Amino acid sequence: MNGETGGPLPLFMNAVYLIAASLFILGLKRLSSPKTARGGNTLGAVAMLIAVVVTLLHWEIVSFVWVVVGVVIGAGVGTYLARTVKMTAMPQMVALLNGFGGAASALVAGDEYLRYSAGMFLGYDVQATIMLSVIIGAITFSGSLIAFGKLQELISGRTVVLPGQRLWATALFLGMFGLAAWLVAVPASMPLYVVLNVAALAMGIFFVMPIGGADMPVVISLLNSYSGLAAAMTGFVLKNNVLIIAGALVGASGIILTKIMCDAMNRSLANVLFGAFTGQMMGGGGPAGAVAAKPVRSVSAQDTALLMAYARNVIFVPGYGLAVSQAQHQVREIADVLEGKGVDVKYAVHPVAGRMPGHMNVLLAEANVPYTQLFEMEQINPEFEHTDVAVVIGANDVVNPSARHDKNSPIYGMPILDVDKAQTVVVLKRSMNPGFAGIDNELFYNDNTRMLFGDARKSLLAIIQELKSGA
Amino acid sequence: MVEALLVSLYVFVLACFVGFEVISKVPQMLHTPLMSGSNAISGITLVGAVVVAGRVESTTSTILAVIAVAFATINVVGGFLVTDRMLQMFRARQEPSK
Repeated sequence: MNGETGGPLPLFMNAVYLIAASLFILGLKRLSSPKTARGGNTLGAVAMLIAVVVTLLHWEIVSFVWVVVGVVIGAGVGTYLARTVKMTAMPQMVALLNGFGGAASALVAGDEYLRYSAGMFLGYDVQATIMLSVIIGAITFSGSLIAFGKLQELISGRTVVLPGQRLWATALFLGMFGLAAWLVAVPASMPLYVVLNVAALAMGIFFVMPIGGADMPVVISLLNSYSGLAAAMTGFVLKNNVLIIAGALVGASGIILTKIMCDAMNRSLANVLFGAFTGQMMGGGGPAGAVAAKPVRSVSAQDTALLMAYARNVIFVPGYGLAVSQAQHQVREIADVLEGKGVDVKYAVHPVAGRMPGHMNVLLAEANVPYTQLFEMEQINPEFEHTDVAVVIGANDVVNPSARHDKNSPIYGMPILDVDKAQTVVVLKRSMNPGFAGIDNELFYNDNTRMLFGDARKSLLAIIQELKSGA
Repeated sequence: MVEALLVSLYVFVLACFVGFEVISKVPQMLHTPLMSGSNAISGITLVGAVVVAGRVESTTSTILAVIAVAFATINVVGGFLVTDRMLQMFRARQEPSK
């Protein structure tokens, strides 16, 4: 406390940081139930406020002007984004926020480097963590921006592979760590430090560019984890435990979500990340000719309405197509009418439905669907065989029965929703074109399947009309 | 110096375990709010940014620091607010408004 840099924080500040860290943990714990989740989030925000306010007492802060300028700009932009973003655009929003967090961590570590690059020896441990913080933070930043661009469709959502990409990426990776090691040993070169930053930014681009739109849930989860790790590394640099703890919590959270997403697609993380590099891509599917040859049974909106109205129970299976056509409100409206007729209505949500983990649940909640009707795959699968009508809207691969038995299918082994076991399955689909992964779906040709062709929203509107006019 | 690093590592590793334990109990339904909420928490780097911005040193340092503060604040404020907006939509039963 005598003004020496890198010294221990005052006891009081550390004690308050401990309180903040505990509140973060309690807040996350409350996220395990929709009843307490909102309070949990508020608790996290309070913890953050406490941590920031007590930091203002730090002896190194001599001028508040720039702190206030930064906070005012950030709070304005943050509030604007949070208020105006559409729920369908939530994946982009999270990607963007991830990027800002990662960049902030890298900049803070960078500032420490600036400070000591004048030749002062900091300790190898601090210098090493500065490098890690900068590398992880910069990768998070550029990677998140690319993910944002893909999700916002500013750049192609398809897998983009540059010639010789694998070689470039490997060289970049090795070069980056070589450079970092050099900078830890001889920490006085500003130009080399800038090169390191550029290399890490390029690495982030190389890392996300080849990954296709359907794999975005995995990438966002992973970047979420990185943004936490970057914060934790900055905590190592500043010897600040609240950063280390909060960063570790977020890092763990991102890793868990990444694993859940990979399991739900029955793919390894390596396959998702490097699939495009090595050519082990999913997709391809059977020859198109085989698709056209098999007959399907189509159904009208009128008959679908009748089918639902006289059912005992109906399960809706929403996919990303539902979100694209913004039809969640129409689904909810149908559910209301059906419930008025005494039909039991449930929703089955696959873990990878949507463009990020849990995305579909948020979209349904936005349409006022009570969360007590939303069911996870493991809960709902045993119920399909007792279900009269299962309605598949904008979902394809996650209801493809060949994942269960066809060893030649690219999605073999992927856990699916067993809609084919329902008495009748109605599939709302634009046309017979195969889905995102380009795989034919045998569900469409089953005896108990009816295809309702057309735009999902229009079909649903027609069903609503039929239901209301009598049936 | 090595001792201090080791203590930090202890904190880091134990916090990771706590994180795994707490977060694996979050249901799939709340994964998006979990992500945006935990994302806001990763904005804790704001604490570091504030200290750096409060020092009066070189102009370069100040510029970088102000950007860091602004970015981290966007992360924190945007993250918590948008999470709150999402969570208030999760209701157990429909309100009997109609």
